Amino acid sequence: MATLSGAVGGLVLRNPVMLAAGILGTTGSSLRRAARAGAGCVVTKSVGASPREGHPGPVVVQVEGGLINAMGLPNPSYKNFQEEIDLARQGGVPVVASIFGDGPEEFAEVASGLDADCFELNLSCPHAERYGSEIGCEPSNVEDITRAVKKSVDVPVWVKLTPNVADIVSLGKAAQRGGANAVVAINTLKAMAIDVETGRPILGNRFGGLSGPAIKPVAIRCVFDLSAALEVPVIGVGGISSWEDAAEMILAGAQGVQVGTALAGGYGIFGEITAGLERYLVRKGLTLMELRGAARKTP
Amino acid sequence: MRPVNAVIREVAEENPTVRTFRFVPSFDPVPGQYLMVWVRGTDEVPMSFSYQDGITVQSLGEATEALFCLGPGKSVGLRGPLGNGFDLVGDRILLVGGGVGAAPLALLGERAREDGLEVTSLMGFRCSSDLIFRSRFEKMGDLVITTDDGSEGVCGRASAGLERLDPGSYDQIYLCGPEPMMMDVILRCRGFESRIQASINRYIKCGMGICGSCCLDPEGIRVCVEGPVIRADRLLKSEFGRYRRGPGGLKEYYRR
Repeated sequence: MATLSGAVGGLVLRNPVMLAAGILGTTGSSLRRAARAGAGCVVTKSVGASPREGHPGPVVVQVEGGLINAMGLPNPSYKNFQEEIDLARQGGVPVVASIFGDGPEEFAEVASGLDADCFELNLSCPHAERYGSEIGCEPSNVEDITRAVKKSVDVPVWVKLTPNVADIVSLGKAAQRGGANAVVAINTLKAMAIDVETGRPILGNRFGGLSGPAIKPVAIRCVFDLSAALEVPVIGVGGISSWEDAAEMILAGAQGVQVGTALAGGYGIFGEITAGLERYLVRKGLTLMELRGAARKTP
Repeated sequence: MRPVNAVIREVAEENPTVRTFRFVPSFDPVPGQYLMVWVRGTDEVPMSFSYQDGITVQSLGEATEALFCLGPGKSVGLRGPLGNGFDLVGDRILLVGGGVGAAPLALLGERAREDGLEVTSLMGFRCSSDLIFRSRFEKMGDLVITTDDGSEGVCGRASAGLERLDPGSYDQIYLCGPEPMMMDVILRCRGFESRIQASINRYIKCGMGICGSCCLDPEGIRVCVEGPVIRADRLLKSEFGRYRRGPGGLKEYYRR
């Protein structure tokens, strides 16, 4: 019997398949539902220092191979979020708080204001001014912010990276220098869709981030490169919608995987992926650890 | 799907703040399903079908005000039909609506009559000038009207009209209206809440069950795909009637 349990980014998880940030993560009840559906851990919607309503709609548009979204970081602020984390914890798996801010101080303020099992730093949201990838595309910012949060909390800190740069590995190295326990790759790719009837960009924010199957090959490449260059573990995210996708991400070097857009098909996705991975490991006679990064070892 | 371009074919003023917009193309919705209506340049908002090809809207916020500026020949972007609509059950049904909540019930009642069901309607409004779809409901069967100020029909809330009927005698009750009104009706129908289907309102953004802004505590029901029609026995175990969440996820409590 293959086991899926093990350490991921400083946490011990029953399986390495997590709910990605920004998906069904606004309320403790939806996070708990994901946990009960079989997620190895759950990542909350990103929370910041003050409440935000997000961008006007449309906030999501379906395109070939995925979705483009520009939610605009809606959140009730960390001051109103602890009760959601507490409820989510009833799901029996670690709860990772995704947080954002405009610099080291604000990130540290949000992190110190929350009691979570781990923090994931959103340095990669591609559609909010002053936040996310606007600061996270600069390695020195990534390093400073990671260090500031590491100093203010005593739980693992993960850093979610943007793929919208020439060299994602330099961002990963910056996170590692700052003391990150893991990096998470990738956030969405900058994208846009235009209404041909009116010539108007469809998203209320005009631009957004592409997720879903279309970005999986990009994510695989990023995870492959990051895991070769870093000592800290890499958590793979981007277009995973089947156990084969999860296996591919682990073969590329991921210690864990996150599932986001595929939740549009329902909460059953966690059970499908974990069951498929288990059968695959048995069939191959491999452990999860042997699978990890195996693509790099092929002649 | 991407938003489909839909041309406004006709606009009808139902009362001073409520208008019906009929579109080309038409859709094939289950009554209770909704459209995401993109008023270009303003916002995208969920609206229940009141006709196969139409929605009935109260002017309440930025998006609906912008929609009210559009006349025949203008266009909007539409995604839908979305969500889980009403399920027609039994032979005798009761529709209970409040204000613009009458809209999806009018479509449901007409569908029920086509299927040969017996339809009774109880519709509550603030005053006689707020009445909408009177002739549509009269054509279906018995209609009880209530108004808060007594200017038409029974004086009081829709629940006052409930006393004129025997709600337990219907095979199914269908509800749509302001949340406190729906909660009031559900509480007066204790014992057969599993026979009540309610179309509820939450902050729907993505319409595809992933963003999480419309989830109901404590089960995490995704109203945009598992609703907007939800059975009252499930609602009684939820936040429904106590609070809802704003666009950023903050709880907004109802005054009781």
